[in-house]
Amino acid sequence: MATAAVTTERKNYLNAEYGIRSWLLTTDHKRIALLYLLSITFFFFVGGFFALLIRLELLTPAGDLMTADMYNKAFTMHGQIMVFFFLIPSIPAVLGNFLIPMMIGAKDLAFPRINLLSWYIYVAAGLLYLYCLATGGVDTGWTFYTPYSSLFSNTHVVEAGLAIFIVGFSSILTGLNFVVTVHRMRAPGMTWSRLPLFVWSHYATSIIMLLGTPIIAITLLLVVLERALNLGIFDPSRGGDPVLFQHLFWFYSHPAVYIMILPSMAVISEIVPCFSRKRVFGYTFVAASSIAIAAIGFLVWAHHMFVAGISLYSALVFSFLSFMVAIPSAVKVFNWTATMYKGSISFSTPMLYAFGFIGLFTIGGLTGLFLATLGVDVHVHDTYFVIAHFHYVMVGGAVMGYLGGIHFWWPKISGRMYPEAWGRLAAVIVFLGFNLTFFPQFIVGYLGMPRRYWQYPPEFQVYNVLSTAGASILAVGYLLPMVYLLWSLRYGKLAPDNPWQATGLEWKTTSPPPTFNFEETPVVTWEAYEYETMPMPDEVTLER
Amino acid sequence: MSDRAGTGESPLVLEHEDRPELRHHFADVVQQRNAASLGMWWFLGTEIMFFGGMFCGYLVYRRAYFPEFAAGSRSLSLVAGTVNTAVLICSSLTVALAVRASQLGKRKLLVSLLLATMFFGVCFLGIKGYEWHDEYEHHHAPTFYFNAQDLVHNNPNLHLDPQRTKIFFSLYFALTGVHALHMIVGIGIFSVITFMAWRGKFTPEYHTPIEIAGLYWHFVDIVWIYLFPLLYLIDRRPGA
Amino acid sequence: MFDNLPLWPTGASVHARYEDWLFIFLTVISVAMTVLIFGAVAIFSMKYRRRHGREAAHIEGSLLLEIAWSVAPLGIMMIMFAAGALLYFRMRTPPTDSDQVYVVAKQWMWKLQHMEGPREINQLHVPVGRDIELIMTSQDVIHSFFVPAFRVKQDVIPGRYTTLWFRATRPGTYHLFCAQYCGTMHSGMIGEVVVMDPQDYHAWMVNGAANGTLAQTGMTLFQQLGCNTCHRTDVQGRGPMLNGVFGHPVQLEDGRVVNADENYVRESIMSPAAKVVSGFKPIMPSWQGQVNEEQLNQLVAYIKSLSPAPEGPAMTSGAPGGTQSQEAQQPK
Repeated sequence: MATAAVTTERKNYLNAEYGIRSWLLTTDHKRIALLYLLSITFFFFVGGFFALLIRLELLTPAGDLMTADMYNKAFTMHGQIMVFFFLIPSIPAVLGNFLIPMMIGAKDLAFPRINLLSWYIYVAAGLLYLYCLATGGVDTGWTFYTPYSSLFSNTHVVEAGLAIFIVGFSSILTGLNFVVTVHRMRAPGMTWSRLPLFVWSHYATSIIMLLGTPIIAITLLLVVLERALNLGIFDPSRGGDPVLFQHLFWFYSHPAVYIMILPSMAVISEIVPCFSRKRVFGYTFVAASSIAIAAIGFLVWAHHMFVAGISLYSALVFSFLSFMVAIPSAVKVFNWTATMYKGSISFSTPMLYAFGFIGLFTIGGLTGLFLATLGVDVHVHDTYFVIAHFHYVMVGGAVMGYLGGIHFWWPKISGRMYPEAWGRLAAVIVFLGFNLTFFPQFIVGYLGMPRRYWQYPPEFQVYNVLSTAGASILAVGYLLPMVYLLWSLRYGKLAPDNPWQATGLEWKTTSPPPTFNFEETPVVTWEAYEYETMPMPDEVTLER
Repeated sequence: MSDRAGTGESPLVLEHEDRPELRHHFADVVQQRNAASLGMWWFLGTEIMFFGGMFCGYLVYRRAYFPEFAAGSRSLSLVAGTVNTAVLICSSLTVALAVRASQLGKRKLLVSLLLATMFFGVCFLGIKGYEWHDEYEHHHAPTFYFNAQDLVHNNPNLHLDPQRTKIFFSLYFALTGVHALHMIVGIGIFSVITFMAWRGKFTPEYHTPIEIAGLYWHFVDIVWIYLFPLLYLIDRRPGA
Repeated sequence: MFDNLPLWPTGASVHARYEDWLFIFLTVISVAMTVLIFGAVAIFSMKYRRRHGREAAHIEGSLLLEIAWSVAPLGIMMIMFAAGALLYFRMRTPPTDSDQVYVVAKQWMWKLQHMEGPREINQLHVPVGRDIELIMTSQDVIHSFFVPAFRVKQDVIPGRYTTLWFRATRPGTYHLFCAQYCGTMHSGMIGEVVVMDPQDYHAWMVNGAANGTLAQTGMTLFQQLGCNTCHRTDVQGRGPMLNGVFGHPVQLEDGRVVNADENYVRESIMSPAAKVVSGFKPIMPSWQGQVNEEQLNQLVAYIKSLSPAPEGPAMTSGAPGGTQSQEAQQPK
């Protein structure tokens, strides 16, 4: 506490300039990361509100809380907001933006003004989407399947499609910035093989963002044009092919799920070695697996279409490739587990989130194999089994990684420590609430409950009630960090430069960092994750 | 340097004051130029994917509805398309020469070549606009007034399906429309760059914006080089 | 709420048993894997928890382990792939002598038509132990025919036919769901499949066949629409004779050879110029917009009835166009 007087005087990126203009016209990657943090948190709660509506309606088999149309809009907008306005930007735009320049020893990203532009594009798209929501919403499902979306739906498909089209450019520009930064801005001595795995994973993510996002852009544009100009490209009665839409849509949307999970894996690759005091087991393999996931991920899209009318033989090829893409993910899980072997493990909040990730991503990934298995997929496709699978990887995986990362780097970002006991409590509540919400959905899906059902046969009710109960617990788990993280900004203990005694260049600068990150450009002469040279963290930082 | 410690300012600020075009987060001009160049190449990669989606749709439907596509293609103005192709190739020449002029520090020549590039770009758009207007007059624009009966009657042996012909024109307008949009953006970028060149902002040491704008322009040109045969030259055999 | 708490879906088809065993196999592997990982994490974090004075070991990696835990899962997954592929292949290859039922899906109901004549809405009566093939199309958007008890599902697409087949093994009534989101009452587009003993089914069928078989209705329509003026049965008319055409290869004007299956017949009615038979002129008008899906089904059934049992395999479900055609007739 004696250091308080000195540290609050020091200039850092937060107090370098004051005023709303200095934030809205900033080119500092760290401030832009915080701008993103605010906007994606906002959309997380909007998307979460729709989830609440869904789960409340599904408490009873009858459709008695809202009309069918309202329910269809609720699940559509829940999906679109969560995927496009929360999950895809989340870790890259917040943690990636904040950390990548520091991790490689640079003063900023390669294109700081484009970074700011990407945030404004995100906000513009978000406003358009909110306009769509406010004027009646959209009910096509997040997948926009034609000809329902292009011809039959009476909702605001054009606005929603355009909003997602626009937000795609935010994603593309972020990816562009990261790729060029990693190639051109590394400090002297920071070779590719010394890069933190966080950077490797984000690099792979950025490749997918760059190459995949334009496809969804043009696909949605074609749907918008079809609706606006009555073109007929996807209308079978005029020679169009609705299944062509599905191929175009999934060509992006499958790699998109790797955009959502790779950054989360990036975070886990930083947390696990730090709280095991040990370098990552098999660094080269973990790095290579990120690239492999990105590459193979582009080749599996039609596993979403096994019953859509594709030929038998293409189904065989896509099933086979879908099994292939599981291997690099499994390799990562094994390597993280092996990192803990003979380590020195501490149960800090970030580590609890990492444990949760490893467990839940394992389950989510394994259930993906069920979906890759052709004969089984025929039964479980478009049922709650699929919903359970992707929530296990997206929420149990990506969101837990996101929360773990927020907690791990909170001292660096804010200069404050969050209250550790509350952090651990929230992590446990999230884990328990999550499992209660989504595990029953595997069962009710196998029993045959289809997705996107406003009403359902009564025999499915018990599982739905369990799921809703879990959702309410999960909601508490998500609200807690909102509260105590905000609390910590004012009342949290001041953070030292490196509270966790972690390796990585970002920990060599102050908490919070100065605007240009480093006093002098670092020259790197050591390998990544040299935990054997690091002292143990002060026990005090890990206690309340 | 030590007296700047803790103020949040970079010790390299002084260096950057000598070279105003060097942005503060880069160590030197070479790094800045390499970053800009790599960034533009990756961006062009995303543009390939963007057009790629439409090309994919085009290829699928062309294979399925070949007669209608061929008839639609023959109805396009070969003269206009060929002239436009020549115009764009000339504009790529002028932009390449402009980059050379900037490397040699020849300001007047640079400005003239940039203006010529924009002129060719505007010519292209003018001719394209004329074509579209013509197609609209013939009811071939994929609006509510679309009517391909003239094509059906002119090709009696093919017994064309007018709906499938509309798909050709939909893709034609989507592809050339998105391409034209990229050209408009390109001309906008060049107008800014021409102004900067006229004001003497570019030197043999620093002309990165011209190089990367040139890259973008070449890409837009190459897209047209693909579009022209795929749209205009599907089946131009005599007697077809 | 707890009266009828199902833990496992009823299995009432030949596919169900195989699929359930495959699912159980996958579950066992997954549970084993999960226990392995959870267990390792739990054990390591306990055994190696932070203790004063004890340092972490310095281990970089192990090529042997990396290879082992890449190859072993690969092997297991290949078994999963092969088993799944085999089942899928069977599911998508209807037996040649299946009883056929035409299905038209629309927002938001299922319309079914048996070959023998009876029509049903949101209900499908079938005899136990017989192979049933559903030939399905949609009037509007994409739907999906899903019977959990049979473990079968197939998207129903506007503009073409897709197929699904099953053989029921137990009498009973089973859920039928629409499994592809299709608008407001997607969750209301449900019904039941009623599997009956053969005698009961026969009695039910006789009751409902009063209006004539599907093929007979088709013949009437064929004559009403004037198709028989060009497609004559006595002498060669302006159009090809249709006796014996269905199920056999057809030589086209441009040299291609296609198989005359349901999709071919349908396309010939809706877009006749797409595939013109060799030796004929493309003068047949299109019936697009003039016949609805059910009428199309009737015409297809009639033309089928003009052939003896087809030589090759029946149309594999979901594939557009003839199975032996060298080019797809519609973009996939």
